[in-house]
Amino acid sequence: MKSRLPALALMLAGLGLTLTGILLGQPGGVLMKAARICMECVGLG
Amino acid sequence: MDNKHRFGIQAAATLLQNANFKGFFQGGIYSGPVKQVCVPGLNCYSCPGAVGACPIGSLQSFLDARTFRLPYYVVGLLIFFGALLGRAVCGFLCPFGWIQELIGLIPVKKRNRFRLDPSLRWVKYGVLAVLVIGLPLGLKLVPYFCKYLCPSGTLAGWMLAARDSILRSQLGALFTWKSAVLIAVITASLFIWRPFCKYLCPLGAIYGLFNRVSLVRMELDRDRCVGCGACAGVCRMCVDPSREPNSAECIRCGDCVRTCPMQALQLGVRPMKKTSGDGKHTNKSKTNRG
Repeated sequence: MKSRLPALALMLAGLGLTLTGILLGQPGGVLMKAARICMECVGLG
Repeated sequence: MDNKHRFGIQAAATLLQNANFKGFFQGGIYSGPVKQVCVPGLNCYSCPGAVGACPIGSLQSFLDARTFRLPYYVVGLLIFFGALLGRAVCGFLCPFGWIQELIGLIPVKKRNRFRLDPSLRWVKYGVLAVLVIGLPLGLKLVPYFCKYLCPSGTLAGWMLAARDSILRSQLGALFTWKSAVLIAVITASLFIWRPFCKYLCPLGAIYGLFNRVSLVRMELDRDRCVGCGACAGVCRMCVDPSREPNSAECIRCGDCVRTCPMQALQLGVRPMKKTSGDGKHTNKSKTNRG
């Protein structure tokens, strides 16, 4: 399983960054963008 | 796992990521708390059915903001999904990839190998560097990839405009351009397998970087491989697994694993039990590559 250690380390790093983002309230920023129709995304902006 | 099972997983993933079914019939989009969770695949958050956020759209919303904040949340999730699955996300979980595969089922003669194909593969890295990161970060306030290229968003736009006369009245040059891109992708999908994934998708470009280290990966037993070329011949992403089993282009569909007559390839989490050098399988006939 040694060859899988880099993947596990990266997954942990990813989780760490995600948790940091959650603590900083970043999912709220994502929600603000995603909760209304993005006129640019659908080609109307 | 055969392609039927993979198709089942793709269908389930698409339905799960677009579980707001009433949005398709009533118009409008879901805006509940689950929407702050990024899904792994390319699925526009303005799609009437979307219950999660598109990671590329979310990344751009951080990068094009007036006040820059490091996007820990989105980048962390991308690293997590990439390190866990690599481009298996493309092969199993991406709704837009599945749509292209469905279009590709229409029986038209496919031509996956052509002269420009290897060069065009680099375009997606340019899309990632310029449209997703560079321009939004430098010029601010415009999500360039979503606005000018993303066909998943246009698909959402078609569905929304079909139900909403106010939106229909706002259709203009941008919508015409984006519709042309979407129609080009749909048409190309008839002749080339998953053209958007191969040439343009920035999410595929990101996950491809993880293919060599991801937990789910391909392993090749070089002692078993006889170099028959069957794996390369069957690969619709034009990868040669006997040379580069963890190529950034491999979406882990598993066609090569099923085709290999020597069972020299394995896709999964557990490391492969390889044949020892003095085992039954030797590597003598490397010259008969097709």
